[in-house]
Amino acid sequence: MKKQKIDISNLQPLIALILMAVAMTMMSDHFATKDNLFNVARQISVNICISVGMTMVILTGGIDLSVGSILAFTGAVAAGLFKNGLEIEGMNLFVGTTLFGAICIALVVGVFLGWFNGLMITKFKVPPFVATLAMLTIARGLTMLYTKGFPITQLGGQFNYIGTGWFLGMPMPVWISIVVISVSVFFMNKTRTGRYIYAIGGNERAAILSGIKVNKVKLFVYMIAGALAGIGGLLVTARLDSAQPNAGMGYELDSIAAVVIGGTSLSGGKGSIIGTVIGAGIIGVLNNGLVLLNVSPFWQQVIKGLVILLAVIIDKIQKEK
Amino acid sequence: MKASATDKAIIEARKITKQFPGVLALNNVDLRVYAGKVNAVVGENGAGKSTLMNILSGVYTEYDGELLLDGQKIKFKDTTDARNVGISIIHQELQLVPQLSIAENIFLGREPLTKMRTIDRQKMEEESRVLLSKLELDADVNGKISSLRIGQQQIVEIAKALSFDVRVLIMDEPTSALSESETTTLFKLIESLKRDGVAIVYITHKMNELTQLADFVTVLRDGCSVHESAVKNIPVDDVVKLMVGRDIQDFFVKQPHVKGDVRLKIENMSMKKSGKSGKYLLKNISFDVHASEVLGIYGLMGAGRTELFEAILGLHPTRTSGTVCIDQKSIKISSPDVAIKAGIAFIPEDRKHDGLVLNMAIAHNISLASMDKILKNGLLSANLEQKQAEMYREKLKIKSTSSSQSVAKLSGGNQQKVVVSKWLATDPKILFLDEPTRGIDVNAKNEIYKIIDDLAVEGIAIVIVSSELPEIMAISDRIITLCEGRYSGEFARAEFTEEKILHAALPQ
Repeated sequence: MKKQKIDISNLQPLIALILMAVAMTMMSDHFATKDNLFNVARQISVNICISVGMTMVILTGGIDLSVGSILAFTGAVAAGLFKNGLEIEGMNLFVGTTLFGAICIALVVGVFLGWFNGLMITKFKVPPFVATLAMLTIARGLTMLYTKGFPITQLGGQFNYIGTGWFLGMPMPVWISIVVISVSVFFMNKTRTGRYIYAIGGNERAAILSGIKVNKVKLFVYMIAGALAGIGGLLVTARLDSAQPNAGMGYELDSIAAVVIGGTSLSGGKGSIIGTVIGAGIIGVLNNGLVLLNVSPFWQQVIKGLVILLAVIIDKIQKEK
Repeated sequence: MKASATDKAIIEARKITKQFPGVLALNNVDLRVYAGKVNAVVGENGAGKSTLMNILSGVYTEYDGELLLDGQKIKFKDTTDARNVGISIIHQELQLVPQLSIAENIFLGREPLTKMRTIDRQKMEEESRVLLSKLELDADVNGKISSLRIGQQQIVEIAKALSFDVRVLIMDEPTSALSESETTTLFKLIESLKRDGVAIVYITHKMNELTQLADFVTVLRDGCSVHESAVKNIPVDDVVKLMVGRDIQDFFVKQPHVKGDVRLKIENMSMKKSGKSGKYLLKNISFDVHASEVLGIYGLMGAGRTELFEAILGLHPTRTSGTVCIDQKSIKISSPDVAIKAGIAFIPEDRKHDGLVLNMAIAHNISLASMDKILKNGLLSANLEQKQAEMYREKLKIKSTSSSQSVAKLSGGNQQKVVVSKWLATDPKILFLDEPTRGIDVNAKNEIYKIIDDLAVEGIAIVIVSSELPEIMAISDRIITLCEGRYSGEFARAEFTEEKILHAALPQ
């Protein structure tokens, strides 16, 4: 296969990540240790899963604000089913679920909520911002209803292993995010649907006139975003060994930040999964570094916001040249 | 040849040069505009007329050369700047807000205020009424723009221009969407503006308007000003020759080819307007196209040319009725992908808006409508895609650095060739082209004509819409005309004359 010419502007996030890592290594003895780096990787794995889906959504020119809430609901469903089984009141029906069964059902729930988002957007022409904003509160409400407002705790070692266990020398969440990244990079570059996602965001009308079933592709993309939020939900729940009803609050913002820092255009059509992964890495290293340097958590938020602005401004200047 | 030594130009452009990515739009262009005269600027599409007007009116501020106002050098920061010294432009595409009223449009952005800093509606409406009565437009100043006909909207634009102290009024092909009676009204209006000493810059490519209306003429060709004189000093035929540079027949020769069987048959195609008005954009249109035939469709703006293509492509299935037969088989086209599978390809009028994904590579744009062809075991093959792109790059001579270059960086003509490649890759039986040479330079135009002709020889049925009569007459075997959404005439190649076709296309 012919090597594509590498565009230097796409490398910017990577250069920024490397510079930050080098700076941190010099400022803190603890940063470049194996434990700490795995720690960072584990911390960003949830954001990576969500952000991969978010990247696809944003590439089509949309946005998904509901991922944090979907994450909470799927996490709660998985924990509840695993711990308490499926109980349907009034019918005297009780079905116990295995861990695998609970996970599958939870992911189906994630896909369903994503499908609902997609349906509102494609069929009823609700703008993505509004449709997913509505889902943000719907899914949060469902989580509260399902958990009655209390965490579902003590899920046991098997479930916990997904979040805290190690496999072949690497933490499980890191493995899971690597699988998510690989599959999605392959999908975006080697399948028709992947190409259509770029085309739709680049010029939706041209895509329609080229015979692309734009609505189907969009529906699919929101379903994937729902599924990946579901995986994120499993990771969070497993790591904490409990499903918190207010888990994932504000995660949509971290995720959008990772996508934007990674160089994906919010107007769609331009960007990449790898860019987003690097973006998530930058946020992760920043969070970790600021903690290591004993910067107050309040300042951390301010700094994170400034970094997002800086990333976008640099990107703009680069494009205008 | 100078106009007259005694006349002094209000505004003068000297050696204006404007470069767009990939195109030199204007090259050392000179223009003089005189008060109380109609100064016509003529030239083919793509000759640079609109670009020059956009510079005169402050739309484009980056250019080489200089503008002189009353003999003084001047440079506009923006359109407001130009308007403040009395230069207004009425674009071909009217710049009104359809949802606002006539008065609100006339004073948009500079509404008169009361002492309370709220909008002084009374004053606004009063002044609007005065303007409209001066222009003899009988309409309610509180009525919405969307309720007016195009000709009336244009008069509102003129009212807007007059509400400034206008010294120079630029009109970009103002009659392109007007009926004959509306045109007469407009011409009367122009005469009275002339008497008031307003300088009119009048862009057109209609020769009868030149003789009827204009005092001076400047001819642009391929971005250069090639002639400037009083209209009475030059015969119309010479103007035409100067515009084209050569006769269209001289450089494009249609190859002989035999018409095949009927490929596409459209019967009683109608399309309603969206919304509940129940009005029709297209009404009972029927025609057919044979293999190896080039069918031209001619009509004025708003005649329903583009709508006809959209209806056939299945873009508005709920509003469309009528039957489509391809190779004698009736087919229900409910969306563009069905049309593509049935062998229809569509090259849209606005390639940037409808034809291309600008930030995508040439190769990716070419494969977009025929992805099946570059799949290997169900996955995209970069290798096959590359090969396909290289094949078209060579076949259609797409000037580019490589097939992975993004199409945004190509010139108009080369972008159009990418669109053509995309559709050829779908192996079409029927090719629809909507204004295929708009905004591209003369050489690229010729190449596109040649490509169309070659495709017809290969057996593809071709339907082409163009608003340029010489163009459509040169490449078509047969022309049908549309007028206000209805079929209004048909001409075999032997019967082609500009007058007959134009007459059939004009509202009666």
